[in-house]
Amino acid sequence: MIGSDLVMYEEEFKQIDAELQRLLTQSNAKVVFLVDKNGQLIAATGETENLDTTSLASLTAGNIAATGGMAKLLGEKEFSILFHEGQRDNIHISIIGQRVILVVIFDQRSSLGLVRLRVKKSADVLGGIFNQLLQKVEQGKGPAKGADSPFAEITDEDIDKLFG
Amino acid sequence: MSFINYSSREINCKIVYYGPGLCGKTTNLHYIYKKTNPDSKGKMISLATETERTLFFDFLPLALGEIRGFKTRFHLYTVPGQVFYDASRKLILKGVDGVVFVADSQVERMEANVESVENLRTNLTEQGYNLDAVPYVIQYNKRDLPNVVPVAEMRSSLNPRSVPDFEAIASDGTGVFDTLKAIAKLVIMELKKGQEGG
Ligand SMILES: Nc1nc2c(ncn2[C@@H]2O[C@H](COP(=O)(O)OP(=O)(O)O)[C@@H](O)[C@H]2O)c(=O)[nH]1
Ligand SMILES: [Mg+2]
Repeated sequence: MIGSDLVMYEEEFKQIDAELQRLLTQSNAKVVFLVDKNGQLIAATGETENLDTTSLASLTAGNIAATGGMAKLLGEKEFSILFHEGQRDNIHISIIGQRVILVVIFDQRSSLGLVRLRVKKSADVLGGIFNQLLQKVEQGKGPAKGADSPFAEITDEDIDKLFG
Repeated sequence: MSFINYSSREINCKIVYYGPGLCGKTTNLHYIYKKTNPDSKGKMISLATETERTLFFDFLPLALGEIRGFKTRFHLYTVPGQVFYDASRKLILKGVDGVVFVADSQVERMEANVESVENLRTNLTEQGYNLDAVPYVIQYNKRDLPNVVPVAEMRSSLNPRSVPDFEAIASDGTGVFDTLKAIAKLVIMELKKGQEGG
């Protein structure tokens, strides 16, 4: 199968979360979140209580996938930044390390210029964390492999129970 | 491509409902949505045309419960069935963990079924997957209609690999959860395989 499953460990999750919070503060944004290219939410911070982040994550990935398709047709590799401007809120979407998508939602308390600047900085940091994560997974250092994997023990019964 | 989060103890998997236009993919998701208790489902999102034809995808996030202390989430997607939406179908297959093929049992739709399976195979191959290896189940839908092809016949043209298959009437829910459960099981078992010794 292509690529490997995305795995997230405590250590990297904390680093990612800290970076998202820093970005949120420094860019004066409302919400910052990170999605993998398949639409799964990795982390979110900010005013997320009344926000359907799961759906936003899926639609963000759909959006990136669709624009990626358009890019290909034009002979571009990808469009690495998307920006949607609303009456009140704006969305800034960027691809990091070709694998994850960083989304910043902001209103008039911030500006596109500021968001772009801060996103650029965070992209480097986040890119580094994901490289570290990938290495860990490839080297099998994380808890996913070996005896303590929670999946090795899964039975048919466990799965049946899911459906009540 | 599943997402295993050891930090928040969650597993996310992506399941795609595939099949020719109007075979009942969206209807499957609607039924699942209707029958799932409110705190285990997110909003169902349909990117559809004004006439309710799926334009890009339907999306339904389901939180099913826990396995060994891990919250298990399935993200269900449907593809648009019409031939001219092929570009969108390819995009939705990215990162898929399991596929449900919904076949339309009506005699006049058999050709469309066969074409759609071939299209699924091609599009999966393009993404680096192999239909013969990926977790896969088949649903023979619309069994309530008068002009249906016998199951044995559908099986022989659509299910040479003998993957789990189910008769269904998605519009009243018959077979819908059997199908979902079967694909969920295959996906989780695949996850287990991937984690063992890998
Ligand atoms: N009679 C009958 N109609 C069905 C069944 N499942 C779906 N339909 C109808 O078929 C039409 C197309 O269904 P839809 O879910 O939109 O198809 P999709 O294009 O695969 O998403 C709708 O009018 C449904 O009500 C079924 O089991 N029996
Ligand atoms: Mg549909």
